[in-house]
Amino acid sequence: MTPEMLSLSNSPGLFVGLMLLKLIVVFSVVMLMVAYATWCERKIIGHMQTRLGPMRTGWHGLLQPIADGIKLFFKEDIIPSQASVVPFLLAPMMILVPAIITVAVIPFGPDVTVSGLIVPLQITDLNVGVLYILAFAGLGVYGIVLAGWSSNSKYSLLGGVRASAQMISYELAAGLTIVSVFMLSETLSLREIVALQSEPLWGTFSFLPNWYVFTQPLAFFLFVITGLAEINRTPFDMPEAESELVSGFCTEYSSMKYALFFLAEYANMIVVSAIAATLFLGGWYGPLPSSLGVINLLGKIVAFMFFFIWLRATLPRVRYDQLMRMGWKVLLPLALANVVVTGFVVVLLQ
Amino acid sequence: MSSTTGSLPTTAPILFEDYLALGIYVGIALFLVAILLLLSWGLGHRTRSRIKNEPYESGVYPTDNARLKGPVPFYLVAIFFILFDIEVIFVASWAVAYDRLGWAGFGQVSFFTLVLLVGLLHLWKTGALDWGPSAARQNRKNQDIP
Amino acid sequence: MEILFFYLVAFVTLVSGLLVIRCQSPVNSALALVNTFFCLAVFYVMLHAPFMAAIQIMVYAGAIMVLILFVIMLLNLGTESRQRYTRGVVWSSIASLLMLIVATVTIKTGQVTGAEGEITAHTVKSVGHTELIGRTMFTEFLLPFEIASILLLVAIVGAVVLAKKEV
Repeated sequence: MTPEMLSLSNSPGLFVGLMLLKLIVVFSVVMLMVAYATWCERKIIGHMQTRLGPMRTGWHGLLQPIADGIKLFFKEDIIPSQASVVPFLLAPMMILVPAIITVAVIPFGPDVTVSGLIVPLQITDLNVGVLYILAFAGLGVYGIVLAGWSSNSKYSLLGGVRASAQMISYELAAGLTIVSVFMLSETLSLREIVALQSEPLWGTFSFLPNWYVFTQPLAFFLFVITGLAEINRTPFDMPEAESELVSGFCTEYSSMKYALFFLAEYANMIVVSAIAATLFLGGWYGPLPSSLGVINLLGKIVAFMFFFIWLRATLPRVRYDQLMRMGWKVLLPLALANVVVTGFVVVLLQ
Repeated sequence: MSSTTGSLPTTAPILFEDYLALGIYVGIALFLVAILLLLSWGLGHRTRSRIKNEPYESGVYPTDNARLKGPVPFYLVAIFFILFDIEVIFVASWAVAYDRLGWAGFGQVSFFTLVLLVGLLHLWKTGALDWGPSAARQNRKNQDIP
Repeated sequence: MEILFFYLVAFVTLVSGLLVIRCQSPVNSALALVNTFFCLAVFYVMLHAPFMAAIQIMVYAGAIMVLILFVIMLLNLGTESRQRYTRGVVWSSIASLLMLIVATVTIKTGQVTGAEGEITAHTVKSVGHTELIGRTMFTEFLLPFEIASILLLVAIVGAVVLAKKEV
């Protein structure tokens, strides 16, 4: 007899306990990664520019994120006199919370068995997990657009409007690349998508896993580009564009509210990395045995983060018209073509 | 997706429990973010002055209202986004059932995509997707015609 | 448990619906509307229709509301004078009361409730709600689906024409 899934009906106490444990662990790990991503970014870019980066707070500046956090807590919380208060206060929450929530569907390890019952290592396995990601990815735009508008400052408004137009333009191509993945997997559940990627490539080549990056290289490429644009990272950091817009949509923010925008940027980087790893790179399957699946996944996420930081140290910012041209005239047609060709092939092979 | 999920353990939706976990997670996230904001509101020191609370405008007094009437291209992008987003959703709903629809379904969705591709090409030609210098050039060209 | 949750969500939906019409600032109204859409998505989830829920969030909360926000913000509607719509309120409450009566009567006396269609809850559970939508749309509702593409095309062309006029 195969063991049952742990559920509220067969072992309520254990279910609730493990659920809370998973929630707290995932939340803490994400927040810790966010905090240390800022340190890593400063260190890596520092060394790439032959500087040292933060050195004074702790060994090689390791305590810098904590010091920064404490400092930001004690900073003055300014609400500009002409701001619309409600949206002004809601905006930082609306940008960080969707990013954190998206992590909930990412599977971070194989099923484990606790007292004879199967427990999936995932906060929740929605059977429409992929669509859930798509839906929540689109919500980050509110935070930016509201922050820009409610500050009632010209720089903020320009930054906010630019950013939102950029995000919605790139979301289309991102959605289509994800569609081409679940056409191959024939399921919308991320746990099953990961499970399918553990098999040998196309069922024949045993030396390579069936990662969708091999089957869908174009979709992977497009997803990474659109992901960068969605989270407003260099070379697409138009909304912030320090040299022209001061600080873009968060110009008027101070204290912890500013910090939330900052945290949201890194949380979004983690989310995009985690989704890319899950959809295209086999999720928690990897070189290490699946009992150490979490480390496989974390390794992939860290690799992506390093890549994003590296890009920031390397590339200049693109111009706005170039950005929009790329989104609508290159990425969208390519993503559409990719879906249609994928459709043709899968129907042909059926 | 076939009705039997094959070798995988059954993932028949244990709906309530899945969404319970999600709900609590959302609750924790909202709660902690709110706590962060409240803490900094309480801890940070506060001084008020008229000039400090003005919107930042590179050190000069802000002139006029910041809420300018927006340029039309931004509305257009939002409208196009809605239209193509609907396309993405239709394509997605085909993609989850393509195995039962076969070539007929593929032909239908290709037709659908093709029609919207024509729309995209139209936008391309009329210059609605152009920004900056190329948009200015296009505008000048359009003004010369009438 | 589920019914309690339903009442909670219904309450939030109604409150945010009220806020949509009661808020002074149009942006706050728009935010309340986003919240209403969210609650509707929760209802879809409770009806075992997660695909509809995702679409509800993607299209309504993610796309249409963004456009509405753009329009509100960039047209600077916040400073419009606010009139009192007393007469309008009276008429619309009479109309909505009548609607409520009609709806109640239809549900109570008609055969809407309890009737079993071709696709039962069991079918949905075994085949999957998302695949059923895809299958039905490409077989039974094929023509409307293809017409939708033409409609979208017309909308694209129309948007460009209107924008050109304004410049």
